[in-house]
Amino acid sequence: MSHLQPPREERTTAQGGEHLANGPAGAAILSAGAGCSVLGILAVLADASKPMARGLTFYLPTGPLSGVSSMAILFWLVTWFILARRWRTKAIAIAKVNAIAFLLLALGILLTFPPFADFLQGK
Amino acid sequence: MEITLRALITLIHGMLFGAFFLMAIYGLVVELFRSAHVEQPSQLTTKGYSRERLYLICMVGLGWAAVLTGAYFIYPWYRAVPPAGVTDLALYPRFLLKSTAVTSGWHDLGMEWKEHIAWIAPIAMTMVAYILTKYRLSMREHPQVRTAVLVFALVAFAAAGVAGFFGAMLNKYAPINGGPTIHLRGKNQ
Repeated sequence: MSHLQPPREERTTAQGGEHLANGPAGAAILSAGAGCSVLGILAVLADASKPMARGLTFYLPTGPLSGVSSMAILFWLVTWFILARRWRTKAIAIAKVNAIAFLLLALGILLTFPPFADFLQGK
Repeated sequence: MEITLRALITLIHGMLFGAFFLMAIYGLVVELFRSAHVEQPSQLTTKGYSRERLYLICMVGLGWAAVLTGAYFIYPWYRAVPPAGVTDLALYPRFLLKSTAVTSGWHDLGMEWKEHIAWIAPIAMTMVAYILTKYRLSMREHPQVRTAVLVFALVAFAAAGVAGFFGAMLNKYAPINGGPTIHLRGKNQ
């Protein structure tokens, strides 16, 4: 039966009276922040550059938004997958991860705000 | 009493997916605040946990349904380009809004912001749902994880609120219409 049991660090308090590592949570938090920031960055790039907008037009009726959102989601999921594998059983510096994730999230929100995006482009 | 297919899908996008997503996030934020200040953490039964998980899955599903229907059904109708010579812009909401200085801001700020910020909400809430499911029994041991979950949930609530507000206002000034007419009640004309 031992092969069916999760790794030591994976057991929850209620299941085994042991600690659940914060690595998986950190991976989810950081990748979500990164995905949001990529969304904002791509939105600005698609607005600023016609070739970029054309390149991000994956579905013509939706225009560049189709590529901006798809690439951000892809980046988020791939980042999450990679970090989750690396941090699966690790205890990470969650305060640092939170700080970076909040910064990335704030960047994403700021870059989606049209007046700020226009300001960056000198419009 | 009738409605066009496009108006019906817009209604489903905003009033069903979007509004219920917003309400679900609100409910979760209230619960997160409440659970952060309880002396004794509540222990749910197995059934309770499975219903909690169902709530989270439905919430995330509503969020993704809202952004996907918005981007791939309604947005193409919104940004459709009128053929040359067309003067009635009722079926071309983007061009209708941009045709006067009084309404162009609803596109330049409203739609330009809504179309992007809306995606932040389901991304954030998917992460929140994952963590609340995985750490359901040990969240009190990870106060900083709980803080991150709360911050992302609040930001998702704000993002969904911005998208919902501008969606309602855009549909007020330039409603999405067109497509086959569905007769709900009364005689066909």
